[in-house]
Amino acid sequence: MVDSKHQWKAWLYLAPAIVLLLVFTVWPILNTVRLAFLNNYNSLAAVNQEEVVTFTFGIENFRKVFNYDGFIIALRNTAVLTIVTVPVSTLLALLIAVALNSIKPLQKFFQTIFFLPYVTNSIAIGMVFAAMFNRVGVGKLITSHGIVNNIIMFFGGESINWINAGSDLVPNMIVLIIYIIWNALPFKILVLLGGLQSVNKQYYEAAKVDSTPRWRVFTKITVPLLSPMIAYVVITGFIGGFKEYSSIVGIFGDQMGPPGAKGSLNTIVGMIYDVLPKQDYGLASAAALVLFAIIFVVTMINMQVSKKRVHY
Amino acid sequence: MSENNNKIKVMHDRNMQHITLAQRLLKPLMTAGTYLFLSVMALIVLFPFYWMIISSLKTLTEYQLNIPTFWPKEIMLSNYTEAFSTGNLGRLFFNTAYVGIVSTILSLVITILTAFALARLEFKGKNALFAALLATMMIPGELFTITNYQTVNTFNWMNTYTVLIVPFLVSVFYIYLLRQNFLQIPNELYLAAKVDGTSDFKYLWKVMVPLALPTLISITILKMMGA
Repeated sequence: MVDSKHQWKAWLYLAPAIVLLLVFTVWPILNTVRLAFLNNYNSLAAVNQEEVVTFTFGIENFRKVFNYDGFIIALRNTAVLTIVTVPVSTLLALLIAVALNSIKPLQKFFQTIFFLPYVTNSIAIGMVFAAMFNRVGVGKLITSHGIVNNIIMFFGGESINWINAGSDLVPNMIVLIIYIIWNALPFKILVLLGGLQSVNKQYYEAAKVDSTPRWRVFTKITVPLLSPMIAYVVITGFIGGFKEYSSIVGIFGDQMGPPGAKGSLNTIVGMIYDVLPKQDYGLASAAALVLFAIIFVVTMINMQVSKKRVHY
Repeated sequence: MSENNNKIKVMHDRNMQHITLAQRLLKPLMTAGTYLFLSVMALIVLFPFYWMIISSLKTLTEYQLNIPTFWPKEIMLSNYTEAFSTGNLGRLFFNTAYVGIVSTILSLVITILTAFALARLEFKGKNALFAALLATMMIPGELFTITNYQTVNTFNWMNTYTVLIVPFLVSVFYIYLLRQNFLQIPNELYLAAKVDGTSDFKYLWKVMVPLALPTLISITILKMMGA
C-alpha cells in the first residue's frame, strides 16, 4: 500500500469534504450546544459585541422549552403521528413488497407506480391532498364537498369537515396520517423489495416440499429473513417521524393548523422554525437538543428491541 | 441407483395425486387476490397524481362543481400558460435547474474523492474518521439549521445561490454508499496500477470511477431529485 510519507495525499483527497463538514456540521453541533446553555442569548447583542460578558451559562432555555406554549401540543402531535404512521406504513409496505415479489407479469409496471410518490415534492402533493379533502362553503351553502367527501357520500356516508375552519383534531390527524403513509410507502417498499429479492430461494423450496401453509412461510421465513431490512425501515421511520414538518406545511400551510386554530397541529420541528424568526436562538437550540435527545432515546430503544428480534 | 430414482419418481407421482381440487383452485385464487390487492393499492397511490393533472386542466367553475367530474369537460391548457406568465415559472425552473446541476456535479466530485481515500488509501485515523462520519448521520438536520443560518449570514451569502448549494454538498450517506462500492473492486487492480507507476489520481479516474458507474448514476439521480 501507500507508504507513510504519502499520508498527506490521503488528507488532500479528504480535504474538501472535511472542511465542509467542519463548517456546516461539526461547528453547528458544538454551537447549538453552546447556545442552548447560554441564558438570555441575543444574536443582535452578540453581533454588536455588546454585553457579551453578561451571558451566563444555565438551563434557562430548557425551562423555557418545557414551558413554551405549544410544546406539549407539539410533542403530542409528533408522538401520535409517529406511533401511528410507522407501524401502519411498514406493514403495508411489507405486504406490497411480498405481493410484488410473488408476481411475474406486470411486476416492473407496478414497481414503477409504487415508486412514483418518491420523486415528488411533499409540499406540492400536500396541496393536492388538501384540495381532495377541501370543503368549500359552510352549512347548507356548501358548494363543493371535495372528492373524498364525494366518495364517502356515494357510499352513503356523511360529509366530514376534514381540514377547513372549525374542523376537529381527529379528522385533521387522519388526513395527515393518510398523507404521511402515502409519502412514506415508496422508500419502504423499495428497501423491503430489495431485501426480498436477495433472499435465498432454497428456503422457499424447502417450505414447498414440506407443503408449509403460506401464512407460516410468511411469518417463519420471510419476516425473519427480512428482519434486518424491517429494522432499518422502522428505525429510519421513527427518526423521520419525529422530524415531521413539511407534510403539515403542505396540507395546512405554515399556520400549522386549520384556519382559526393556528398551531394546533404543530410538531417539534415546527416549533423550532416558529422561534427562529423571533431571534431567540437559545430557545431554538434548546428545542433542537430536546428533539435530538428524544430521537436518540427512541433509536436506542429500537436498537435494543431489534437486537433481540433481528436475525442476521 | 436407477432403482432408487424410480422409487422417488413413484413417491413423487403419488404426491401429485394428493393435490386435491381445492388446492388446485387455491393457487389461481391467491394470484388473483395478489393482483387485486396490488391494483387497489396502485390506484390509491396514483389517485393524487391523477387528481392533480385533471384539476390543472379544468376551468375554475368545473373544479368547484358539487359533483366532481372525473374527466374535464373541456381541456383548459390556459392554466399552464397563465402559470408561466404570472407565476414567473421560467425563472423558478431556471433556479431549480441551476442549483440542481451545480450542486450535483460538485457533490459528486467531493464524494468520489472522499470515498476513494476512505476505501483505498492508508492513513492514520482512517477508521476513527469513518466512524465519526457515520455518527453524523444519526443527528437530526434541524440541529444544524440555526447555526448554519448564522454562518451563511456572516459569510454574506444571504439570497445567493451559494447558500442553496454549499451547505448541502457533503452527504455522508453517498460517501458511505460509494465507499462500499469501491471496496468491492479488487485491490489487485490498484497494485497493478502502482507497479505500472500510475498515480493514485489517474487510477481513480481511469479505473475506479468507470467501474463504480452504476452507483455514481444512482447518486446523481438521488442528488438531482433532492436538489
